[in-house]
Amino acid sequence: MIDHWIGHYHRGPDTVVSRLPASLKLGVALAIIAGTVLAPPRAAGWYLAVAAALAGAVILSRMPMRFLLKRLAWLSPLVLGVAVANVFQPGGRGNWPTVAVKSMLCLATIITVSNTTPFSHILRVLRAVRVPALLITTLALMHRYLFVLAEEAERMRRARTSRLFTRPRRARWRLLSTVVGQLFVRASERAERIYGAMCARGWK
Amino acid sequence: MHIPDGFIDGKTAAATALLSAAGVGLALRQVRRRLPPRRVPLLGLAAAFLFAAQMVNFPVAAGVSGHLIGGVLVAALLGPSAAVVVLTTVLIVQCFLFADGGVLALGANVFNMALVGAVGGCAIYHGVRRGWPGRRGQVAAVAFAGWCSTVLAATCCAGQLAWSGTVAWSAAFPALTGTHMIIGVGEGLISALVLLAVLRARPDLASEPGDAASPGRGGELVRYGLLAALGLALFVAPFACPWPDGLESVAARLGFEHRAAPPAIAAPAADYQAPGVSWAVGATALAGAAGTVIVFGLAGLLAWSLVPRPEEKARAGKP
Repeated sequence: MIDHWIGHYHRGPDTVVSRLPASLKLGVALAIIAGTVLAPPRAAGWYLAVAAALAGAVILSRMPMRFLLKRLAWLSPLVLGVAVANVFQPGGRGNWPTVAVKSMLCLATIITVSNTTPFSHILRVLRAVRVPALLITTLALMHRYLFVLAEEAERMRRARTSRLFTRPRRARWRLLSTVVGQLFVRASERAERIYGAMCARGWK
Repeated sequence: MHIPDGFIDGKTAAATALLSAAGVGLALRQVRRRLPPRRVPLLGLAAAFLFAAQMVNFPVAAGVSGHLIGGVLVAALLGPSAAVVVLTTVLIVQCFLFADGGVLALGANVFNMALVGAVGGCAIYHGVRRGWPGRRGQVAAVAFAGWCSTVLAATCCAGQLAWSGTVAWSAAFPALTGTHMIIGVGEGLISALVLLAVLRARPDLASEPGDAASPGRGGELVRYGLLAALGLALFVAPFACPWPDGLESVAARLGFEHRAAPPAIAAPAADYQAPGVSWAVGATALAGAAGTVIVFGLAGLLAWSLVPRPEEKARAGKP
């Protein structure tokens, strides 16, 4: 339920794409994104090639098409905003179709990679390219407890609604902030317990 | 405010990535030096907390709801360097796991939200606290800094979009900064309420973890300030100079004025539009200046009404 709520398609089927090494997938994705961002506005050939490659990867990975389209729709307010801004622009450069195509392709690339690669594999690649250890530890801990805390927030929300008969209008924000504040308190208490557990396992 | 890929060009992505790498490197070094090992897991948990907190929706009106952004709140609770690490972590996970914010735009997003938003907000927070000590001052400071950080980050974002040539500054600045002046009010209010909730539940958690390290804080903030100023000089200053001659002269000096030249047909219209457009920019800047004063007053009032007077509390605690 949480996965659906956050909008992340958690673990896909075991396919050719998901078995590829994470470093290869990330490298190719980075090359595609860099190439797309840096491509001149009228490089239709490049855009078509990227789109074809992505379509192939999506079909091979058996990712639900609806999921991909739903995520792409998130971009539309931004693209629409740029389109409106271009109308009011004095010179009328009108580059929003290019911006729209570029951002759609990049977004589809990263969605394909992130949903066929476990996050721990991405972390392993980051460690291999010498990202500082402190950042990796923080990333790993965040990823581990992300869903735990999201569930905790949901439990607190449910407990609150079950105890309140009326919908308090004026105190609503104060109630919700108490939930968020309590979430921080619980997170830091959990951090203390985790530190104890890490020390017990020989972490330095 | 996450910039997706494709909205900023190569030079903006490279410049922001360099600035962000320098800022995050500095933050990691500070954290490694100052943060006791006991608190290292707290960084990861604070990042997870921020993510979960951003999913709690605060209803505004008629189906519209907002959520906490949280940069200033984390900076107030954990200190500026820890906040940079936490926000960078959140942005990396959002980018690679949820495809929220671009990969090449990651540098720009880290710059806007962590280095300008959180650290800038933190500097304002400490500035206000210096002048107004006590719990009331703390709540007012976090509310005011929350608003400022949202507006600052949005202005930076507008500057990057304009520098990339995606949207003209005259359209991006009023649209982005204008909306975020409204969003920022909610951010300031939520930050203050959450801080108050933490203060009530566990006052020790919100009582300046960096106090022991405060001698170094001034220098720490100055170094971040230099990085942020460098970025602002690149993205915002060329547009914000006396309008529109400043931009034209900069364009001429850098030799790319031919790129900005509108097509011949649009020439009369462009001439006509310029005053109207600069009016929108000027109005937004003016609204920002007036808003800063008003929001500061509101933050003070908020703290006044939410936090009981210290004497009353002392009296209540006596018997």
